[in-house]
Amino acid sequence: MFSRDSWQEIFETISKNKLRTFLSGFTVALGIFIFVILFGFGNGLKNSFQEFFMDDATNIFRLFPGRTTVPHNGFKSGRTIEFDNDDLAAIKKSFAFQLQYITPRIQRNYTVKYKNKSNNYGLRAVAPGHQQAEKTIMMKGRFINSQDISNKTKYAVIGRLVEKDIFKGEDALGKFIDIGKRSFKVVGVFQDDGGDNEERFVYVPYTTNQLIEKNTDKVDQIIVAFKPIIGYEGAIQFEEELMEFMKKRHDISSIDEGAIYLRNVADDLEQNQQFGSLLQMVVTFVGIGTLIAGIIGISNIMVYVVKERTKELGIRKAIGATPRSVIAIILQESIFITTAAGYIGLFGGIFLLNYIGDSLDNYFIKNPYINMGTALFATIILIIFGGIAGYVPARKAARIKPIVALRDE
Amino acid sequence: MIEIKDLHKSYKIGKNSLHVLKGININVEEGELVAIMGSSGSGKSTLLNILGMLDVADEGTYTLDAVPIKDLDETKAAKYRNKFLGFIFQSFNLINYKTAVENVALPLYYQKVGRKERTEKAMQYLQKVGLADWASHLPSELSGGQKQRIAIARALAAEPKVLLADEPTGALDSTTSYEVMNLIQNINDEGKTILVVTHENDIAKMCKRVVRLKDGVIIEDEKVNQVRASDHV
Repeated sequence: MFSRDSWQEIFETISKNKLRTFLSGFTVALGIFIFVILFGFGNGLKNSFQEFFMDDATNIFRLFPGRTTVPHNGFKSGRTIEFDNDDLAAIKKSFAFQLQYITPRIQRNYTVKYKNKSNNYGLRAVAPGHQQAEKTIMMKGRFINSQDISNKTKYAVIGRLVEKDIFKGEDALGKFIDIGKRSFKVVGVFQDDGGDNEERFVYVPYTTNQLIEKNTDKVDQIIVAFKPIIGYEGAIQFEEELMEFMKKRHDISSIDEGAIYLRNVADDLEQNQQFGSLLQMVVTFVGIGTLIAGIIGISNIMVYVVKERTKELGIRKAIGATPRSVIAIILQESIFITTAAGYIGLFGGIFLLNYIGDSLDNYFIKNPYINMGTALFATIILIIFGGIAGYVPARKAARIKPIVALRDE
Repeated sequence: MIEIKDLHKSYKIGKNSLHVLKGININVEEGELVAIMGSSGSGKSTLLNILGMLDVADEGTYTLDAVPIKDLDETKAAKYRNKFLGFIFQSFNLINYKTAVENVALPLYYQKVGRKERTEKAMQYLQKVGLADWASHLPSELSGGQKQRIAIARALAAEPKVLLADEPTGALDSTTSYEVMNLIQNINDEGKTILVVTHENDIAKMCKRVVRLKDGVIIEDEKVNQVRASDHV
């Protein structure tokens, strides 16, 4: 069945029936090509998604003050809760065992100016721990340190895009910028994997900002990081204890849900991961759909091919072809074409994905890829089904009596 | 060479059964050139199909070159066809994407003859039918008479015991028909047994024996004085 002679016969048939070869080959190549591209784009989408939502540390709680909704200890409901520096110190002292670091965050908007270039940027007044919480990466210089906090220095750390926007290629390090009406020295430039917006922030010591704002001791938000070794159970317990502790400090009823909000990043993470796996499912579904479309395509073409060849097969049978050899000739041809075309589609798709690379970053497709195993698996599936799709009509053709096949129409 | 005894064949059409062959008895010796005649519906094509193992009889025995032809499955039939029989069809039935020489070589492919030998032999037979110069042409580039001669070369290539021709001149004009018959006569002169199904009297007269069928039985079986086709060309 697989002698050199029969292959020669197949190659002859293939090369002399170009349209047929092209049609079936094209269907398979296109099917695999689209599968690879779609799957790759799906993966790219997942990549950008992960970049958006997973660029922060996962071992942190964020505490936001709200308004009380329940009267408590003689206070009416509707009281505005505010956090201050004492809260920070108290948490640090009471949860030393679980706590890795703690940082406040005060967020403002300011016009930032260098020479005659200026723009509006978000200002984040923070403590050194914030660098870990946001996974801020220093490109040059340093982040806010604890000395900046105690000395209330007028130092600023600016994002990569801030430097790009207002320094116009000049090195920002050591230069002075105006934030609002005050002058700050740039001590560091950072980048962040969280996207462009994350790189348009300016960080200053929170104590400096408090001094500027009439020496207040209020903070907007407290970010608490726990030690990863306490595990998920430990984190849940820590979350409860911390909430209870804060409610007690601020005279809030234990049943009040609105006074303090606590966002556990681990919960977000779980939600994000669920969303991520939903994306994965969509990608897989689309992939399977494409494959099925490809299989249907190749099946139709095989039916057409066998129909077209019915007379030829009848002739072959009349001059001595066994049913087996009739099936073999069709199967060999279809498997050869699907294999060759499958690999063309496969490598075409992979080549295109590599070529695209990060150029579709703006459309939320980052680094699209498909792993070789998935791609090969899809190709093999299509080859197998191409074979089956060829076999069914071939068997039927092999059973047709030559006289029927040769009957003039 | 061919022995047929009490051959019956009927086709089922819906609930009715159409009795096509009602007890055919015929013996054909080696080297005979037999014309099988009859109007349409007389059963001549059915008889040829059974002789060609393209169809199976319901009753009766069929012996070909001392081999009883019975219990045929498709694979066995294919092998017997390849070994014993060469077919010539009214509509030539050449494979349209293969060149003349490739068409002629095809039966040899199924006899598992090597490629080189196959082509050599095919060329010999093309020579014999006078078309060696057309070896690399596709059927679409040939005239009807040329196509039929290629088909005859193909039928001969397998070196069969018997040639079966189903209306070999049916699609040809009379001049070409005589050319083809001339070729068939020459092959017969070399000793090959040939059966020709035809409804044309002049073609039948070019054979050595004429068998007439009507309504599934043989009504006449006579030796005739062969008219040489070369006289007409």
